[in-house]
Amino acid sequence: MFDPTPILSGDRRALARLLTQIENAAPSAVEALAALFPHTGRAHRVGITGPPGTGKSTLVNELAKVWRRNGRPVAIVAVDPSSPFTGGAILGDRIRMRDLAGDPGVFIRSMASRGSLGGLARATGDVVNALDAAGFDVVLIETVGAGQTEVEIARTAHTTVVVEAPGLGDDVQAIKAGLLEVADVFVVNKADQPGAENTVRALRTSLDLANPAARTWRGDAHHHLTLLPGFATPPPEGGAAHELGVGGEAWLPPIVQTVALQGAGAADVVAAIERHRDHLRASGELVRREREILTHELETRLRDALLAGLVARLGDGLVAAAVDKILAREIDPASAARQLVEKATV
Amino acid sequence: MTETNPLQKIRVLVAKPGLDGHDRGAKVIARALRDAGMEVIYTGLRQTPEMIAEAALQEDVDVVGLSILSGAHMALVPKVLELLRANGQGDVSVFLGGIIPDDDLPTLKTMGVAAVFGPGASTETVITTVREAAGRGA
Repeated sequence: MFDPTPILSGDRRALARLLTQIENAAPSAVEALAALFPHTGRAHRVGITGPPGTGKSTLVNELAKVWRRNGRPVAIVAVDPSSPFTGGAILGDRIRMRDLAGDPGVFIRSMASRGSLGGLARATGDVVNALDAAGFDVVLIETVGAGQTEVEIARTAHTTVVVEAPGLGDDVQAIKAGLLEVADVFVVNKADQPGAENTVRALRTSLDLANPAARTWRGDAHHHLTLLPGFATPPPEGGAAHELGVGGEAWLPPIVQTVALQGAGAADVVAAIERHRDHLRASGELVRREREILTHELETRLRDALLAGLVARLGDGLVAAAVDKILAREIDPASAARQLVEKATV
Repeated sequence: MTETNPLQKIRVLVAKPGLDGHDRGAKVIARALRDAGMEVIYTGLRQTPEMIAEAALQEDVDVVGLSILSGAHMALVPKVLELLRANGQGDVSVFLGGIIPDDDLPTLKTMGVAAVFGPGASTETVITTVREAAGRGA
């Protein structure tokens, strides 16, 4: 029997070992995750994604520092790609996170993508669940450097932050369709470099195209680092540039400029993320997103289980025979699949 | 855990403790271990023994590789080993690479260093030794 007490009471060694078992899909991990699941659902899950080299790891380091100053325990899951040829990986995100060393309120885990596309590893969701159960208020999930369609993070995180940097192509090539649509908060990092204004402008244009009514909803930009507000209502006194809209208004992703290497703007990003969390709660969107995330997960698990069950019932021989037939062009893959399902369910 | 689990990867922490700022050797080793199918956590330059032990704990590695060119190995290595043991990771194999005088080798072995690789050590040797050590530690 799995005893969840060490994990729940903050035993870091036990947690680290469990994460390995989860990554390896060990039978013991299944039992552990079942026992821990009732303790999940408390952490705010924040995805950090964007093209390679935009400063995601450095930003994560700075964001974690802001939350730590507020006394919030932070876990970080940093995913880097596995080699498709050897299965090996170099996980180098910790290089940028050395400021967090020695802080017992921080737990950093590097993960190799292990063949998964979409910017995360297959086991990332379970790893995040374990960290959630272990009591981390905020779980930051840093994806593999993402191109255009690595949007799996939006099915894992409550708030998705897309990090851009100047000079990555005209009109923000890298984020046009997929990534642009999943962003809850945009960060233009390296904002001290030439071209940052152009990147911000291109992003704002894309957002305007995506939300034609945006201009009328938007308040004025106040904060020097926050160019585009998330909500229409005027900002409250002083610092924060925008606040929660009235009556569940749509969320407009703010664009926050940062120079992560110097920590500049990190507090604004954290503020934007927390405003988004408040918006999710107030608008009922949080429940909807949770439902979507869990439905997707259930679907994935059902598919895996059904496939395994189907293959077990048919036997490898029948499946291999079907592949041979398809290869010989005697039958097409869709019809072969239908026949196999019929055979297995009679 | 079964050793036949195809998902089970050897996880190695490659770290540079101390103050020397040359990490080409460490990167060559990291790359070689990656090409051998291992997951290599690379933490960069100027790590304290405390940072290395903490990373080894959080990442639950099987093996720690230290690269030291500064001559401070007799001070840094025992500290890393001590912290690993204190964290309940005494079973983690520790390798050493860099410029290590032959005279120090017996003492380092006695402390618990699994192997020392100097300049000219073949990556094949390193890979084989790491693999064997991880199998033993698992």
